[in-house]
Amino acid sequence: MDAVIENLPTYWRGFSMTLLLLGVSGISALVLGTIIASMRISPVASLRGFATVYTELVRNTPLTLVLFFTAIILPYLGSRLDYVTAAMIGLSVYTSPFVAEALRSGINGVPVGQAEAARSVGLGFGQTVGLIVMPQAFRMTIPPLINVFIALTKNTSVAGGFFVFELFAATRELANANGDAVIAILLGAATLYLVITVPLGIFAGQLERKWVVQR
Amino acid sequence: MSGSSVLFDVPGPKARRLSLISSIVAGVLILVGLGWIAMTLAAPRESGGITLPGYFDGSRWNILADPEVWSFIFFQGVLGTLRAALLASVFAIVLGIIFSLLRSSEIAWIRIPTAVVLEFLRGMPVLLMMLFILLVLSTGAFWAVVAALSLYNGALIGEALRAGLAALPRGQREAGLSLGMRPLQSKMLVEFPQAFRQMLPIIVAQLVVLLKDTSLGYIVGYTELLRVTMNNLASFYGNRYLFTFFVITLVLYLIMNLSLSWFARWLSKRTASKSSGIRLDPDDPNQAVLLAEANAAARQSHPGGGI
Repeated sequence: MDAVIENLPTYWRGFSMTLLLLGVSGISALVLGTIIASMRISPVASLRGFATVYTELVRNTPLTLVLFFTAIILPYLGSRLDYVTAAMIGLSVYTSPFVAEALRSGINGVPVGQAEAARSVGLGFGQTVGLIVMPQAFRMTIPPLINVFIALTKNTSVAGGFFVFELFAATRELANANGDAVIAILLGAATLYLVITVPLGIFAGQLERKWVVQR
Repeated sequence: MSGSSVLFDVPGPKARRLSLISSIVAGVLILVGLGWIAMTLAAPRESGGITLPGYFDGSRWNILADPEVWSFIFFQGVLGTLRAALLASVFAIVLGIIFSLLRSSEIAWIRIPTAVVLEFLRGMPVLLMMLFILLVLSTGAFWAVVAALSLYNGALIGEALRAGLAALPRGQREAGLSLGMRPLQSKMLVEFPQAFRQMLPIIVAQLVVLLKDTSLGYIVGYTELLRVTMNNLASFYGNRYLFTFFVITLVLYLIMNLSLSWFARWLSKRTASKSSGIRLDPDDPNQAVLLAEANAAARQSHPGGGI
């Protein structure tokens, strides 16, 4: 326990980097994912095809490989990014198809009859989308999106293997330096991850139960 | 696609022409973008006064003619990855069955601690778990990778199976009990086989995640595909082939993961017509589990209500 308290500054340095990675990659994955999702549901065939191929390829590539690319191959190809930026790019790209799929399944999960009913009572396109489809899609989308962010939180640990000093890298360093208190050090790090993931998970579960649409 | 989208009307002739034109324009733009990337890679580059060949130059790919490289990639790399994935899959499914039974137990002091353990396993990064096992139990990298993947995926498969059990119609259990079965007998013989069958696509989709996660072994020092190609081969044959080996690694991972993903999707299509109609998304196991749980909760609050 002493080892944990003594090393709180190191933990904090790692934890704040984890939060930074989570925040920046989360927001950029949201933006990128929204673009991919709108390409995927657009009536333009070539955009749809591109988005489908992108989703399939990125989702089936291991995150380690993506981060290896941004941290080691990109500099070799001539980029001058620092490792933190590289990790943020890698995490955003890796997370974006999951965001896109969550958004798409939310929109496609609304039955066609809802839009038809809206049109039959005389609502225009904007009203149909804004008043009928989106509110329902939103309810179905938020819980899976929270799940995507939980996964992203855990995935930031992989950046620790590629020269970014976040919580996992901090833990590894502390564990190597405090051979006699390894278990306490590791449990301390686990607690910090759980502080982010468990409340989010409970929140997602509650929303899902509360918002599930009865059909 | 036009039938499944709720946002658009069925397009008329004008809208169809417009979408064809924009489709061609967008397609050309995408091709130009990809072409630009290819040109950039193909161009020879200056480095410290020396001109290096582009990335599509033969001298960067001739290594692939060497059968020894391939046998190293397969017998060390692919086999190392598959060995860890296969062993962890078996353990994860067994653990998942045990977890789901403990978690849905009627005795509170079994159910609640299991729930806490599962929550702990699900909320922690797999990589941290690997480090934990590696440092605390000093098992060596292979067993650290296998054990961490088994525990993590076992917890997720356990949740999936539990959701499957909860989503079964209550009549199944009542029928078992009315035949004189004990609760455990009814669970094992009547409910569990159905839940397992219904959740099989989710379990396979979770195994895709497991296969992808074996690459974390690279960070804790287990010799799997990524470590073999990017560490051993690339440092042996030199930087010239770094990009080549990366492309090979990517393609091999995609082949393995895509075939398993397609199998999961095929499985879910095959079982979908027979199952009770829960819409399961085999692409994202986590999401499918949440949905099944929500459906189960909805069913319990409205007995007899359809889904």
